[in-house]
Amino acid sequence: MTRQDAGPRSGPGPALARPPAGPAKRRSAYPYALYLPAAVVYLVIFLVPTVMAFYFALTRWTLFDSTFVGLDNFRDFLSEQNLRIGFTNTLFYAVVTSGLKVVLGLLLGVLLTSKLRLRGFLRSVVFFPVLVSTVAVGITFSALLRPDTGLVNKALAVVGIDGPDWLGDAGTALLSVALVDVWKGVGIATVIYIAGILSIPRDYYQAVAVDGGGAWHRFRHVTLPLSWPATYSVIILSFIGGLRSFDLIWTMTRGGPGFTSDTIASIIYKQYQAGFFGLSTAGNVLLFVVVTAIVVPLNYFLGKRQVPA
Amino acid sequence: MTALRRLGAEAIALVLAGVIFLIPFALMLLTAVKDQTQATDLDFAWPANWPIVQNFVDVIQARDYVLLRAYVNSTVLTVASVVLIVVFASMAAFVLQRRTGKLGSVANFLVLTGLIIPPAIVPTIWLLQALGLFKTLPGLILIEVAFHMAYSVLLFRAFIAAIPRELDEAAQIDGCTGLALFFRVIFPLLKPVTITVVLTTSVAIFNDFVNPLYFTPGDDNATVQVTLYNFQSQYNTQWNLLFMDIVLITIPPLLLFIFFNRKIVAGMTAGAIKG
Repeated sequence: MTRQDAGPRSGPGPALARPPAGPAKRRSAYPYALYLPAAVVYLVIFLVPTVMAFYFALTRWTLFDSTFVGLDNFRDFLSEQNLRIGFTNTLFYAVVTSGLKVVLGLLLGVLLTSKLRLRGFLRSVVFFPVLVSTVAVGITFSALLRPDTGLVNKALAVVGIDGPDWLGDAGTALLSVALVDVWKGVGIATVIYIAGILSIPRDYYQAVAVDGGGAWHRFRHVTLPLSWPATYSVIILSFIGGLRSFDLIWTMTRGGPGFTSDTIASIIYKQYQAGFFGLSTAGNVLLFVVVTAIVVPLNYFLGKRQVPA
Repeated sequence: MTALRRLGAEAIALVLAGVIFLIPFALMLLTAVKDQTQATDLDFAWPANWPIVQNFVDVIQARDYVLLRAYVNSTVLTVASVVLIVVFASMAAFVLQRRTGKLGSVANFLVLTGLIIPPAIVPTIWLLQALGLFKTLPGLILIEVAFHMAYSVLLFRAFIAAIPRELDEAAQIDGCTGLALFFRVIFPLLKPVTITVVLTTSVAIFNDFVNPLYFTPGDDNATVQVTLYNFQSQYNTQWNLLFMDIVLITIPPLLLFIFFNRKIVAGMTAGAIKG
């Protein structure tokens, strides 16, 4: 389609440098009307509810009428033990999952870019769980983690360890779900790291080889610092995912035992089911605040450390 | 010596990956083909009988063919949402990339917020109810379109940035602007990124559990993920059927994975690094 490039080229030459410096003809080439369908759907379905949430969070609400109650819902959220636990759990979950995804993703990324003969197969195996339904993963792991008959505890029994009731014990439930989340999600981290590591220029490794550096030196002084953009993406992505996570927790423990593995997202669902729409929406607003308060500074902080490549 | 060590390391990596990543799938497959009594053990014993067809028929017929209807719903949901996402997001991304200015920076900001902000659930239900779309498939389709818009716009915008503006100019000389310019000249060039967007969003929407749970409660418009979730509480004695359901639900992503592995991985890494 660019065949007659030479012809039109002379005309728009100056416009090329400064995009919209435009006469009317140029402007009409990119009409704002093309925004319209996307904008309508996005504004109506996503943005309007998001903005309205700030009002409904301050009300007692039945979907049909709402009574303004001020900050009562937020006070409930912060004072009741069953609701407050959601904050610590959400943070714990996000930190554990994103931390492990960074460490394991980097390890797997290094392993799967080495000269392993089966790396193609291993890459597929590690990545496939990403595409499997979360509900299916949750059900399968619930079976594997059953206290007496589950494979995990049977395997532990072989080495003489008496495994706990992973999902039924308040101390291990949330951690178990977080580990399953890592199992399912580490594939994304791994492929991001693989892309990052493969984009490191070979010259650096040759330089290390010339200096007589070993494998550890290669990893510590080349791979690790130069795959920083990948680390940055993995942290941000898994943090956002971790703070919002709901499906896996809901299929594996439903927030239990008791409320011990509830996160903000599962509390939002529970309050919605119970008919406390105002309280549920307050949870949404709090989740919004938590995500923004963590991800925006994190993004800024990590972005500043970006290695200029 | 080093060759031997390398071989050892490879063997260990292979065994570990095999154990950790394949055993859950082995459990799914084995339990799905066992009879009910044996499936209750949830172990790795070899199936004594192989009632594969029987399990398959049973799970399809369960609760008046709810799984079949769910499959239809999920297919309609996925196809319709993905088509709308591709058309809407690519158009928006084109203007967003080509035209800077106040509206452009507002749009850019909205794309970023769309990536970060968790949707407000109950207000969305309230809105859908006001529009008469709550508990309907069209409502759910709009939800999926809205929630996957930001990510898709991002992918399209990055790709469009690499298409030279000279092309637009050439088309303009030929009198092609706006919609015609986009659909006749630009859109055909977006095929690689379109495939990526189709693959990643269709997997995400087919596997989506939260939004159908909230926005289409009840059996009528249930998707396969919600049906599976409901089976979990009903079939806690019939593990063979539950896992047969899981296997059936895992087949579509597995097929995509077999045929488009590289494309999917490329899409997810591109989205991540731009995001």
